[in-house]
Amino acid sequence: MTDKAPLPKLRVATTSLAGCFGCHMSFLDIDEHLFELVQIVEFDRSPLTDIKHCGPCDIGLIEGGVCNAENVHVLREFRANCKTLIAVGACAINGGLPAQRNHLDLGDCLQQVYVGRDGIEGGRVPDDPELPLLLDKVHPIHEIVRVDYFIPGCPPSGPVIWKFLTDLIGGRTPRLSHPLLRFD
Amino acid sequence: MASSLETAENRGDLRRVVIDPVSRVEGHGKVTLLLDEAGHVREARLHIVEFRGFEVFIQGRPYWEVPVMVQRLCGICPVSHHLAASKALDHVVGAAAITPTAKKLRRLMHYGQILQSHALHFFHLSSPDLLFGFESEVGRRNVVGVAETYPEVARQGVMLRRFGQEVIRATAGKRIHGTGSVPGGMNRHLAAEDRDALRADIGQVIEWSRAAVELVKRLHRSNPGLYDQFGAFRANMMSLVRDDGAMDLYDGALRFRDGDGDILLDGIPDAMYRSVIREQVKPWSYMKFPYLQQLGPDDGWYRVGPLARVQNCDFIPSPLAEAERREFIDHGNGSPVHATLAYHWARMIEMLHAAEVLRDLLDDGDLLAGSLLAGGERRLEGIGIIEAPRGTLIHHYEVGDDDLVTMCNLIVSTTHNNQAMNTAVREVARRYLDGRELTEGLLNHIEVAIRAYDPCLSCATHALGKMPLALELIEADGSVAGRLVRD
Repeated sequence: MTDKAPLPKLRVATTSLAGCFGCHMSFLDIDEHLFELVQIVEFDRSPLTDIKHCGPCDIGLIEGGVCNAENVHVLREFRANCKTLIAVGACAINGGLPAQRNHLDLGDCLQQVYVGRDGIEGGRVPDDPELPLLLDKVHPIHEIVRVDYFIPGCPPSGPVIWKFLTDLIGGRTPRLSHPLLRFD
Repeated sequence: MASSLETAENRGDLRRVVIDPVSRVEGHGKVTLLLDEAGHVREARLHIVEFRGFEVFIQGRPYWEVPVMVQRLCGICPVSHHLAASKALDHVVGAAAITPTAKKLRRLMHYGQILQSHALHFFHLSSPDLLFGFESEVGRRNVVGVAETYPEVARQGVMLRRFGQEVIRATAGKRIHGTGSVPGGMNRHLAAEDRDALRADIGQVIEWSRAAVELVKRLHRSNPGLYDQFGAFRANMMSLVRDDGAMDLYDGALRFRDGDGDILLDGIPDAMYRSVIREQVKPWSYMKFPYLQQLGPDDGWYRVGPLARVQNCDFIPSPLAEAERREFIDHGNGSPVHATLAYHWARMIEMLHAAEVLRDLLDDGDLLAGSLLAGGERRLEGIGIIEAPRGTLIHHYEVGDDDLVTMCNLIVSTTHNNQAMNTAVREVARRYLDGRELTEGLLNHIEVAIRAYDPCLSCATHALGKMPLALELIEADGSVAGRLVRD
């Protein structure tokens, strides 16, 4: 019998861009598998940790599309730091429901919501420099950076995320059987 | 007065410190602090920096799509939006009173969500601060750290959340963004095998929920000075209350109390929300600032969510949670409890209540049979209000004769808490950070205060933002993918 040092844990970062956090919730829907997962991975930047900037990682999971300058910045930081980048869910893959705004005129929308609605006092469009620049369209992440894998679904279910990650971590090409491959 | 820290004089001369992003919350927000040369805090703001546009792009869609679309506002509390929209659109299809079976199924789904969301918030997001300390090591201050140090606590959190998600799956077909509720009722019964599986686990879920309340009380007892004073400030409260004064998270009328606990307004039906609530816009946040009209924007802001609900109702209609509520009220010695960290205590009482409601509902045969849909005279407007996990959630729609939505107005739970969260940030900045060298641990105090409100910043960013200037976005292959624009 040989004393083998434990393998170094894989480092995983996750973030949400213009999404609803539903894909992160599905990630937590792996339920008790979470305790198995943390035996083999460590979390870097993620909404579950207090790490504010992504460092060098093996796997990056991105939920949500790109709707503003901050999203672009975070996405590029992830791409630069993550060996494998995965687009998780409809918004990251094609913009999802937030991209419904792509056919609207932003100026009109802002006027409606911040000035034109009933019950508003001192209506004006927020414009402080602390608010990030907004894109005129919501973009899927592959338009900004190279993406290695796409997991479809709104959101993909917990079992899908578990199967995908365990395949990837186990050195297998991730395969989702037909019942797991859903887009709703 | 902490509110004086909203806007500093001579802002250009001050040093800027930023917490970006606020972590272990749902959605995107950041905090900016402006400090003078001596390190005194002169300004502190919680900015909501994301914009999505739901209120506008819902317009023009057929009304029956809305309960499914609006779930995408939020992945943590999709059921709240699903049900608030359904309640509003019940009025549009003329089904102000839905069938008993449909109402019980919606309640089952909703209380399942309350259970899972409260478990998620306490165990996965907030407990690391409370168990390890606000200034503990960053790398450990997360649910993985909790799992390593307090494995049983982490396991109970995961299993409680799982149970709530399974209730949602059984009623909506999917754990996240399912379909179950429709304008006028529900589209399915509960399957007997799902009912049986949930009944088999509910006893354990109640026990774990009791243990969670005990854990929070133990934390309070371990450091009463901190728990009673951290981010404490007098505030008004708002929630739905049942007509007999009971806590009700699915239905009721609006009640407001002032900071002394006296009732300001009561029995305001959902359709009248516009006559009592107005909203202020500030240039530095995409989240509006609602207030009670009769008190005005400076004095009329209020808290929503567990801390407000537990004190705004007259009683909780389930015995274990009611006993806990009384102990909580006694803790205030005759005054309302205004401490920010008491949100966690109140939230766990609500989680226990949700478990009790689920137990009782699962015994009700109406879930498995009975009429699902009601209808009536078609109308052009509907307002639906629900108590979401984070607080009162208002959906308001106008629908044309062609069935297309012509107006959508949403006031989400976290928006109601906007001023309260900003006030908490300023109280904590003034008390703990003022004049000190700012470390990561000290800055985390600000986030601890924000987290107590369980903010759902995705929900709160349904509006669209303004574009500050023109900037091209270049694709990976060098082509232009889009532009950033300022008017």
